[in-house]
Amino acid sequence: MAVITVERKPLTFLERTYLPQIVGGLATTFKHLIAPKKTLEYPEQRPAIPPGYRGVPTLVRDPNGREKCVSCQLCEFVCPPKAIRITPGEISADQTDRVHVEKAPQAFDIDMLRCIYCGLCQEVCPEEAIFLQNQYSMSGYTRAEMVNHKDKLYELGGTLPDQHYKWDQKKTAEDHGNAH
Amino acid sequence: MFDFFFQLHPVIQGLAKGLAVIMVIFPIAGACSMAERKVAAWIQDRPGPNRAIVPWVAWIPFFGKFLQRLGIFHVMADGGKMLFKEDSLPGHVNKFYFILAPIVAMIPALTTVTAVPFGAYFDSAGKVITLGLAPLDIGMLAVFAVSSLGVYSAILAGWASNSKYPFLGSVRASAQLISYELSMTLAVLPVFLWVNAPGLPGTMSFGRVVEFQSQPGFLGGMWFGFMMPLSAFIFLVALFAETNRQPFDTVESESDLVGSFHTEYGAFKWGLFFVAEYSHMIVGSGVFILLFGGGWNPLPWVSLATAVDWLGAILPFAHAPLFVGVLSIAIFLGKTLAMIFLFMWVRWTLPRFRYDQVMKIGWQKMLPLSIANLLFYAIAIAVIQK
Repeated sequence: MAVITVERKPLTFLERTYLPQIVGGLATTFKHLIAPKKTLEYPEQRPAIPPGYRGVPTLVRDPNGREKCVSCQLCEFVCPPKAIRITPGEISADQTDRVHVEKAPQAFDIDMLRCIYCGLCQEVCPEEAIFLQNQYSMSGYTRAEMVNHKDKLYELGGTLPDQHYKWDQKKTAEDHGNAH
Repeated sequence: MFDFFFQLHPVIQGLAKGLAVIMVIFPIAGACSMAERKVAAWIQDRPGPNRAIVPWVAWIPFFGKFLQRLGIFHVMADGGKMLFKEDSLPGHVNKFYFILAPIVAMIPALTTVTAVPFGAYFDSAGKVITLGLAPLDIGMLAVFAVSSLGVYSAILAGWASNSKYPFLGSVRASAQLISYELSMTLAVLPVFLWVNAPGLPGTMSFGRVVEFQSQPGFLGGMWFGFMMPLSAFIFLVALFAETNRQPFDTVESESDLVGSFHTEYGAFKWGLFFVAEYSHMIVGSGVFILLFGGGWNPLPWVSLATAVDWLGAILPFAHAPLFVGVLSIAIFLGKTLAMIFLFMWVRWTLPRFRYDQVMKIGWQKMLPLSIANLLFYAIAIAVIQK
């Protein structure tokens, strides 16, 4: 890149007195004095969360109200700070709506004191069961309070729309006789 | 109505008046610290402190909420905190002078008020009686003499703190005061040259200055700020420098001096320095208003007497001395507070000058300018008042 030499003009007398600059500065600050405020008053006013925000990790249910997690433990393995602990459990046969699902977590704990909000658990989940959603504020008085158990995770996660309906597809496939 | 007051012993009268003035100055100084935070916030597009509230004020439906948003109760919270927190005394300081310094800071700050009149009323003969603690004939001299004593507190505090940065801060404070006191005094001289016209008894009193700004006619009703703009400007700049306000607050520049002479102070002693600084600002603004801003005259070319006559057409009691006195005090206080707003406005607009720049402006720019200004007005006044 060529060097462009910019001529530095000598200051005019008015500029050297610094007074027009002061007046200009005062005008600028006065504009801000009466301008609408830019800040939010936090606990009452909350910021709008942009899409794709990585908040507190949560577990979600599918639109039929079934838990999606099958306790494959991939998230537990991938979690860099080892914040996730899953105890896998069986699903009893009498739960007819979940007849094709083999496993579900008996316990699912995320230690929010360890979690680094990296989102790898969401990325790795084959069942689209764990999501980092909008909640950005976690606080508690004890260490135990900062561990999110399964109930809390589902309460935080709620239900998200599903594009696949994996278990419904499996069920219709079996009904048509081509179960694998 | 107030005869019983005038029958009291003069000492008791003086004490009562002094206490009354202190009771006004102290809360205003406190409110100024709050106003500073609010103005800072507004200029930075923030709402500023607006949470603290006293429960029984919260019960007032609309007004209570308004006061809360204005942050009025943060003053009490700040003051209460300052009053009740531990008043620590560092082990390495010279204890006597360390404790003496904040007291020395308060004394000149509150003493200058005595020489500053803050209102006027007309007696039955139509004569102007100024309201003030002491209607001194040497008004301006008294203010100059006492207000510069404030720097002793900075020197004492800086030296007694027995620590590097406070010491540097106090050295800067005294150097800055000396540099700007000169041009300040020279800037004021044309006003008193004009006021001490031939045929009048010589005086340095503020009452005369204001009286001169409330005469009829174009030149008579002109405030000295318009008649001597350069004097007013030099006085204002020197006032900023002497009260250690931005952009001249090299004395307290936290980036190179930690906290300057009050680095080692905390709690109420620190608060006293703070109140003293604001009292200086209030008195300085008041003096500026008296000298260049028309004193208690509401508008340029509209004197207090004219305003009262206009009001007399609407209000039957407008000529009552009590009403005129209160009105004049309100006008004067309003103008002074507007000046204090200017101080804050400038503070949140301009960056701080470097120390060498402060010295350069003081000695190489302001001083020659004020001397030239004095010469010009001395000749002009000699020609006009011949």
